[in-house]
This record gives sequence, C-alpha cells and structure tokens, in this order.
Amino acid sequence: MAKQVTIFLENRPGRMKSISDILLEKNLNIWAFTIQDRGDFGLMKIIVDKPDQAQIVLAERGVACVLKDVLAVIVPDRPGNLEKLTTALLQKNVNIKDAYGFVCPTGKQGICYLEVENPAGIDLETVIAEHGFSILNDKELYDL
Amino acid sequence: MDIRFWNQEIETLAQKDLRQLQLTRLRELIGYAMKTPFYHKRLKKAGISSPEDIQDLEDLQKIPFTVKDDLRQAFPKGLLAVDMEQVVRIHSSSGTTGIPTVIYYTAKDLDRWTDLLARGIVATGAGPADVFQNMMSYGLFTGGLGLHYGAERVGLTVIPVGGGNTQRQLQLMRDFKTSVLHITPSYLLHIHQRMPEFRISPADLNLKKAWMGAEPHSENTRLKLQELYGIDIYNSYGLSEMNGPGVAFECAYKKDLHVWEDGYIIEIIDPATGKVLPEGQEGEVVFTNLIRHAMPLLRYRTRDLAFLHPEPCPCGRTGRRMSRITGRTDDMMIINGVNVFPSQIEEILMSIPEVGNNYQIHLTRKEGLDRLAVKVEIYSKLFTGDLSQLDALKAKINDKLRASITINSRIELHEPGALPAFEGKAKRVVDERDKL
Repeated sequence: MAKQVTIFLENRPGRMKSISDILLEKNLNIWAFTIQDRGDFGLMKIIVDKPDQAQIVLAERGVACVLKDVLAVIVPDRPGNLEKLTTALLQKNVNIKDAYGFVCPTGKQGICYLEVENPAGIDLETVIAEHGFSILNDKELYDL
Repeated sequence: MDIRFWNQEIETLAQKDLRQLQLTRLRELIGYAMKTPFYHKRLKKAGISSPEDIQDLEDLQKIPFTVKDDLRQAFPKGLLAVDMEQVVRIHSSSGTTGIPTVIYYTAKDLDRWTDLLARGIVATGAGPADVFQNMMSYGLFTGGLGLHYGAERVGLTVIPVGGGNTQRQLQLMRDFKTSVLHITPSYLLHIHQRMPEFRISPADLNLKKAWMGAEPHSENTRLKLQELYGIDIYNSYGLSEMNGPGVAFECAYKKDLHVWEDGYIIEIIDPATGKVLPEGQEGEVVFTNLIRHAMPLLRYRTRDLAFLHPEPCPCGRTGRRMSRITGRTDDMMIINGVNVFPSQIEEILMSIPEVGNNYQIHLTRKEGLDRLAVKVEIYSKLFTGDLSQLDALKAKINDKLRASITINSRIELHEPGALPAFEGKAKRVVDERDKL
C-alpha cells in the first residue's frame, strides 16, 4: 500500500506554504495533494516520494501529522473506469472515506488515491486486480 | 415623586440606630459562626471566642476576610451552623476546581431575605396591581427564586417563566399584560432586537418597569433600554453568598443602590492591603451577612469594585447607596449573566487528552447576546488524521464545558503552537464585547 501524509492545518493564509517550505528544505517531492476543508481548519493530504521522512520532519517542526495507508490504483484514462473501480469496491462493501485522482498526461494513466474503510480485512489488491486495475506500492510510485 | 416603603421604620432608621442594630445582629451572628468548624477555628485564632468579644463595629476588623475558596474548602458542611433538620433550602454553584459551593438557609433566613426583596420591589414603586414576569433562571441559581418570593410577599402576580425562549416570553407578556420584568440587560436588549420577527413592538405591551441585574452595565445602557421600551429600569445587586439578589436595590430616584444595612454590613477595602477605605473611595466590596444563621459569612470578599455615596438620598431611606459595579479584582467573566472563571474552562480543557497546551477564550456580542468561542490546540501525538475524530473532539469539548459552565461555546481547533503560549503574559481571555 502507498503511504499518505495527513496534516492538520488551520484555514488561514500561509499554512500550505509552511508545509511546502519544510518539505523543500529536505528536497522532498510532492506527487499529489488534496485538502479536505472543515471551516476553520482542514486536512492536507500529500503523497511524497519519501513519506516516512516527510512525516518525521514535519512532526519535528511541531506539525500535527500522521502516515496513512491509501490505495493508489492505476486506472487507464478511459470513460467508465471509475465506475468499474467503485463497483468492485461496493461489491465487497468497502467504504471510500476520501478519494482524489488525476491523470498523468504522458502515460495516459489515471491514478486514484483512496482512503477506505475495510473492516472485514478483504484483500483489496486481489479484488482490484480481478477488475483489471493494479495497485501501486511505494516503490512503484517513486518510479512514475 | 411617589415614595413608598415596605417597612418604613427600618428603612428610614437613623444611621446611629442602624449601627446599633448592626452591632446587636453581628454579636448574634458571631454566636452562630462559633458553631461552625470553619469559624470556630478562625475566630479563636483572631482572639474572638464569644459574642462579648465584639464591643463595637470597629471590632469587626479583627476578623479575617472570608473568600470564595474558603467556601470550597469548607464544602460541604464546614460553614453550617445549624442542624440539617433546620435547613429548608440550599443553593449551589458549580466550582472552579470541581468543588462546588453551597449556601444553606433556614426557614427564618429565607423569611428575612424575602423581606429585603419586598423592600426593593416596593422601593421601585411596584405593588399588588403589577404582573411580574420573572425571566431569571430558577433552580440552584438564586436570581429566580429570590425575586419570586419577594414579589409574592408584596402581592404581585408572578409569572415564573425563567430565562430563554423569546417567543414564549413575548406571548406571556401580551397574554397576561406583564408590567414588570426581572431580567439581565443583555437579554432585554436581545428581546427588543427580535420583536419585529414576532410582529410585536413595545407599544403593544403593558410593560412599566424592569429590575435589571446579574450583569454589570453602564448608565448609558440603562438609558438606552429605557428609551427602547419606554419603561423605568432599576438596578439590582446581589450574590448567592449574601443570600442572592436584593442585597442592594435602587429606589424611585434611580441614583444607585440602597444597601439594606440592617441585613448586611458593607465595607469597601483596598484590595491590595485589605484596609478599610474612607467613605466614597472606590474599592473592593466586602459584606457580612447579618440575616442568615444557617450559614454565617463574615467579611466576605466579593471581588466586585464599587464605592459608597455618603450623602443621603431624597427618598428618605438611610441605607447608604452603593455605586454600580465598576469592575472586578479577579478574572471572573460574566457571560449572559453567568459567572465564569477562566480557570473553570482551563480545568475542563486540560482534562481532555487530545487537547494541546494552549487555549484562548474569545468573547463577542451578537444581537445582544454574548458568544463564547474557545480556541484550543490539538495534541499532535493523538492526532489520527480523521475528520471524524476532530468533529467528535469539538463536540466533546463543548459538552464538557456546557456541563461545567452551563454555556454553549463555539470550539475552534488550532495547530499545535499556534496560540499564545502560557509562559509570560499570554492573553488567555480576549473580550471583544462592547461595554454594556
């Protein structure tokens, strides 16, 4: 599974910059990010090339952050593929708590990051593979 | 000016005779105080072992002050001077550190207190023809029940509605032609602002007067509210340690509050040195409760700042007048009439593991009502990265605070280290309310 760094941020000017400043100092590369807004605060979720190191350096600076497992699914850039992926998860009654995705123009590939609730402990890699998608691990992510 | 009295003889007693009466009652009180574990020890230490050790009122100054914390230390019965069988009522307030304070009353104590309230009511010109809507909270808070019984004694028609529910309040005012209110200034203002919503204007009502208390307010606020409603508003002062409301009340002249000096000895002291200040000088108000025997309190420091008017009032009452409260000597906040100490809020916050080190209390006023916002930092080590955790944390903080201070607050979550640190002179309370 891929690792995502989830960061607590106040909703005011300069907070995102403070995070990118810290990551830049360590020359860490951000692959993807999203923000879940909750009024006076929000959660910033980032995929970086070295998630463990990113989490440690942020925590050292007093930032409230944690590492979370996320499914990074490769979805070919074609109509109907998100439907296929979500159907696969629904069949196994897996709840998607948060998701974000984008397409890499070069590879015509889409990547979906999914935070899921999987209380039954279903082998999601297999389920997703059965539907013709593949899950990226950390190593593969760096090689994108 | 229509000057009425409930008990003219005592209300106009010459100052000399008033002092003599105070001395007699103080001696009697010392007898009761000696029966309590708390004062027995304390008075002995001050060289007082019987009422005879009090020769004149000056001797009162030999007695050390009693403070709020003494009441907590003495909880539950360290200040009780009679058998529980003689106690007919208790009032209580939630405590700063989880220990509440409690006040005990015998039937006679309540009777004497009610009589003082009757005096205040009549001093403002109210009488049996009035319909009185009591909009102060009933229950453990003394504000509601105090005026309730006073008004019944005078013979007013009492509507014991308590606080809140503006629509119902207005409905009652209209249905029963309410003529007198007992209310906080902020609520009176709030109701006026909401009147258009219910298509009611003050002209549709029969309001004549309001007794206003529980919150300090300025003369300008009184004048503004009098104009908005077209009524007379009288200031009332009290605190549960001195029984409750009715310690001091304004008369028809509305030139500050007559202290019922046969019921209470008032002293104004320098809060720094504890020395009694010359008459007219502003300082901390200290009361000795002469009319409550179940639970005597001698030289109780109110933390309220005020001064005494030495000159007599044209109404003829001889009880000296106390100014409105000009400030506090501690950090107590008054939020919609409820007394709250920052330490109460701190206590709650620090009991929640997911809350970080620093916090800030923000007070604002909107539509006449105080709003409390509590800003807290989250504790990094217990952060799980889930919004549901943070939503639950907000709800938990609000629930716990409401259970302690009875007020709803807006909880704001902040990053660790984002709020001013405790060290040095961190401003924990930011009060942005306009002065009432």
